[in-house]
Amino acid sequence: MATLKELAARGDRFTGGHRACAGCGATIAARQALLAAGKHKVVAGCATGCLEVVSTIFPYTAWNVPFIHSAFENAAATMSGVEAAYKSLKKQGKITENIKFIAFGGDGGTYDIGIQSLSGAMERGHDLLYICYNNQAYMNTGIQRSSATPRGCNTTTSPAGRKIPGKAQFRKDLTEIMAAHNIPYVAQCAVGNWSDFTRKVEKALDKGGAAFINILQPCRLGWGYKPELTAELGRLAVETCFWPLYEVEDGVYKLNATPKEKKPIGEWLFQQERFRHLKQPANGAIVDEIQREVDQRWDKLVKKCNG
Amino acid sequence: MMAGITKIDMAKTGNEAMAYAMKQINPDVVAAYPITPATEIVQIFAQYVADGEVDTEYVPVESEHSAMSACIGSSAAGARTMTGTSSQGLALMYEMCYIAAGLRLPIVMSDVNRALSAPINIHCDHSDTMGMRDAGWIHIFSENPQEAYDNMLQAVRIAEHEKVRLPVLVTTDGFIISHGMERVATLPDDEVTKFIGPFQPGTKLLDVARPITVGALNFTDFYFEHRRALVDAQAAAVPVIKAVGREFGQKYGTAYDCIEPYQLADAEYAIVALGSTCGTAKVVIDQLRATGVKAGMLKVRVFRPFPASEIAAALRGKKAVAVLDRSDVLGGFGGPVFTEVRSALYQQAGAPVLADYIYGLGGREIDMEMIGSVFAQLQDGTAKPDSVQYLGVRD
Repeated sequence: MATLKELAARGDRFTGGHRACAGCGATIAARQALLAAGKHKVVAGCATGCLEVVSTIFPYTAWNVPFIHSAFENAAATMSGVEAAYKSLKKQGKITENIKFIAFGGDGGTYDIGIQSLSGAMERGHDLLYICYNNQAYMNTGIQRSSATPRGCNTTTSPAGRKIPGKAQFRKDLTEIMAAHNIPYVAQCAVGNWSDFTRKVEKALDKGGAAFINILQPCRLGWGYKPELTAELGRLAVETCFWPLYEVEDGVYKLNATPKEKKPIGEWLFQQERFRHLKQPANGAIVDEIQREVDQRWDKLVKKCNG
Repeated sequence: MMAGITKIDMAKTGNEAMAYAMKQINPDVVAAYPITPATEIVQIFAQYVADGEVDTEYVPVESEHSAMSACIGSSAAGARTMTGTSSQGLALMYEMCYIAAGLRLPIVMSDVNRALSAPINIHCDHSDTMGMRDAGWIHIFSENPQEAYDNMLQAVRIAEHEKVRLPVLVTTDGFIISHGMERVATLPDDEVTKFIGPFQPGTKLLDVARPITVGALNFTDFYFEHRRALVDAQAAAVPVIKAVGREFGQKYGTAYDCIEPYQLADAEYAIVALGSTCGTAKVVIDQLRATGVKAGMLKVRVFRPFPASEIAAALRGKKAVAVLDRSDVLGGFGGPVFTEVRSALYQQAGAPVLADYIYGLGGREIDMEMIGSVFAQLQDGTAKPDSVQYLGVRD
């Protein structure tokens, strides 16, 4: 696994000068992923969304690797076509290089509209790493709820109103859905834990075959916090056990971080504008509910990792 | 036919002819999803792959949307790429079809024309591919399995031509052609290889030493220019389609063009039609000619780019012309072929009486008697100018 020094010495393949917000977590994930993939030649693809929009405004591009975007719901299918082309031309001796393939999609393009395309590509077993940069809402279109949005969250389509206190449902567990595809490698990461993330990207690519990484990506605009807190909020999500770092390698679960002291969920929630309404005493029950759900999911995961 | 090339006669349905053409083309990648009545094409092709008869990487995707998405990825990567579908499958692809054209990817797709739901129906009409009119694809209709085979081979050349670089849609009529068996004169494998030549994309994602960004965001400052380039590519395709059709004729005996006149030069009364109906109409025209009626037909082989000036020239001086439309423009003024032909004739002094007949929706039979009745109406003046009638529907 590459050290920080080695990573820093590698030239950026996702370059600066793009139009992302100050403190954007998505571009941190993209840059680190491509640094981690540094020893491989790669072709990258991206679903329509923040990452694509900020990085490819014609005639500019932030991608210093071959890159394709076609639509919103189909990054996995599009990249499976690129990978199939590679396989075919390689088999025919028309190309000789070894190339790896990485697809990026936000949670909207992955959990919701793109889940069919993702499931299909993973089931077919393309040599493809799919990275979901999960900021828990449709940030590019102005913070609408997705199935990755947590319970109680205020978004523009699950607004905290006088009667309804934000999103009613708990988030979908896509990492587990991907693990159920029995692909070689599935992992959960969070921005702010660069070492864990880059190690997993490297491992996924080295293993080969279909791989999925779900990286929780704080979004200063949609979550409502100061831009300098992006990495810290990613780490806090891990320390509260809201977003555990784990991996499933060939079906074997492994927890990658166990907090010394499990912080209460409020420490993460209340640093974010999107949960501000939950501070009202009337909404205390919702915070309790969220805490119970975090505890249950954590216990279930720990059992899987110990089993 | 040039000396030394012996065609091999085979009995093939339209689907079999298209699958066989795909085998001989030997594309690098095929990504496809099954749908009636086009399923056989991918089934037969999957068998070629399983038997090692092609070098193709076959991607059995989970939907037509993903089929076209994978084709886009594959073609942009630098691989010769094909797919096939029909009806609802094509409708599910529409979003990606626009993108394939916008990205100037020379994908070749077979489509077996089938009605669109609702009500659900599996039989022929042209509603599905007419939904592609504005997508930027070249759109070629086939009259029979032979044309389906020949069109597929030519489509590769047209799509990949450096002045064109557009996706091409080759259609047959559902069941009528797709499942109708006829004699098809095929070329030897090596002759097909020679005719289509190697795929030479301008840029490719797999050229990792020269990274490119495909599918960049265009704002108000560049979008219009890129769309305008697409218009120019459609225009540039016309001479290429003609040249490839001519070359096909010189080499293999049957030349192709954008339109095909049948007994049209001295005709007083003519119909305009697409696809399998043209075969039936030719028999009707022969019979009418035997009784002294100057009947003729203009078959539109290439619907996109629409050969407007050629059509206007071919119909000049006719007394009355009926357009046979196998799909409708709901809430519009006549079917899609009618509106385009009428537009092509608009500036022509003394343009013929033009009437539209919408027929055959959802596979409703069109027979010789019905086509004969259209000619009778053209002759006796009951086909009024700009009238839109429905042929063979119960009121």
